[in-house]
Amino acid sequence: MTTHPEPVAYPFSEPDRLVVHPRYGELRDQGELERVQLPFGKPTWLATRHEDVKIVLGDPRFSREKALGEDEPRILSFTHRPDSILTMDPPGHTRLRKAVARAFTKRRIETIRPRTQQIVDELLDEMVAAGDTADLVRQFALAVPMMVICELLGGPYEDRHKFHHWSEILASTRSSKHTKEDIAQADKELRDYLAELVDTKRANPGDDLLSVLVETEQTDDPLTPEEIVGLAWSVLLAGFEITTNMLVNSVYLLLTNPDQREQLVQEAGLLEKAVEELLRFVPLTVGSFFPRMALEDVELSGTLVRKGETVLPSTLAANRDEAVFPNADQLDFHRDSNAHLTFSYGIHHCLGAPLARMELQVAIGTLLRRLPGLRLVAEDELPWRSGSILRGPSSLLVTW
Amino acid sequence: MSGWSVEIDARTCIGTGMCVGAAPKYFQRKSSKSVPVHDHVEPDEDLLDAAFACPAEAIRVRDEATGDVLVPEA
Ligand code: HEM
Ligand code: SF4
Repeated sequence: MTTHPEPVAYPFSEPDRLVVHPRYGELRDQGELERVQLPFGKPTWLATRHEDVKIVLGDPRFSREKALGEDEPRILSFTHRPDSILTMDPPGHTRLRKAVARAFTKRRIETIRPRTQQIVDELLDEMVAAGDTADLVRQFALAVPMMVICELLGGPYEDRHKFHHWSEILASTRSSKHTKEDIAQADKELRDYLAELVDTKRANPGDDLLSVLVETEQTDDPLTPEEIVGLAWSVLLAGFEITTNMLVNSVYLLLTNPDQREQLVQEAGLLEKAVEELLRFVPLTVGSFFPRMALEDVELSGTLVRKGETVLPSTLAANRDEAVFPNADQLDFHRDSNAHLTFSYGIHHCLGAPLARMELQVAIGTLLRRLPGLRLVAEDELPWRSGSILRGPSSLLVTW
Repeated sequence: MSGWSVEIDARTCIGTGMCVGAAPKYFQRKSSKSVPVHDHVEPDEDLLDAAFACPAEAIRVRDEATGDVLVPEA
């Protein structure tokens, strides 16, 4: 029987704006893993160095699926479904991932860039026409990912508001906002809706996500109709709220870092690099999530992780590792390489990464170009999210 | 010659580690990118599945007998 240090409470503190808690840096420098206790589940190890985090995420000696259940160290109370793309191990995971991957290659995503540009332009037209101040969260950042996802899904345009309603209920990480009944109702309605849409696509295939999934029915490894609906469901909801939050935090950082913003305005070619740097720099969540279980003994930076123990991979700490990112606490749009782990690493590397990148590039590039005078109305009084796993301003009152 | 050839285009690989995780028999990490373990392999569906899932379409698998490109799809 090995004895472990007494676990410390995690997350280390309530979030303070976008400040990264200093404990992450101390741990990275010491090199050893920290023993932590989350609000739910058993104590776990916390990995903070870039190299260690990559091993936990990418090495087949670690399993996501085996870490699930009531014991899973987690920030919110609900337990994750073991049969979704986000939680399965190979070979089940590979089978699902292969089926959706074709809808998300960089090449496919480029084909919806023009439509995304149009969506962004229309939203800004509306915003500017309506007055001279606006809440960028409500009037812009929530709408962009939602509308792009509708596009991707290939449903009729008129169904947008229905989809908005369901996703608002289902993709909300604020546990208290909706009742269990509301959530169950929205879940059922969305699944029924997707099942109907799948039937339409079967009769009349297009170039969209559901059509790509339906096409697998013609291969020798077909997905069942339930699997298609389940997969579409998780793809749609996995990428909705987090993209909004990333966009809000990016705009907040640009508006509060005038030098960096000016560089981006002067040099439009910097946009891609700037988006990567914002992805690295923003601590998107109140703490790390999605622990992995060791399938055998593994040594990480001097700590022996025993078979059956879990490790929480802290991508947000890894993103500030000086060994990989010199002057890591500096927001620097000129970094040559940017191996950030914000989209994770290994088999669960974010499926929507090419889509999220494209959306962020279009949204941020267009905002800065069309509203050169954009500024916060009252920086000191920004409301910040609470009761959610995501962190960032909950509204962003701006003028231009 | 029978069998398949496997290549990863280092210019397009974005280093997600997806292929290494899905098929460690066939792919390995090399600094921030991935490379094939062997350039020539026996046909295996597991390899194709991993190659199809590459988000950058950086993995090319070719049937050496016919010259057909199996992944990426045209
Ligand atoms: C800035 C925006 C986004 C961030 C930061 C983000 C982050 C992540 C992370 C960290 C994971 C991996 C979790 C793990 O390692 O266990 C993930 C997986 C995933 N993401 Fe994203 N995501 C974003 C946008 C999107 C979008 C737009 C979509 C789709 C429309 C999407 C769909 C998915 C899916 C389906 C998975 C599961 C992949 C798998 O397990 O194979 N994400 N995302
Ligand atoms: S899956 Fe593709 S992009 Fe990712 S590491 Fe492998 S070759 Fe590179």
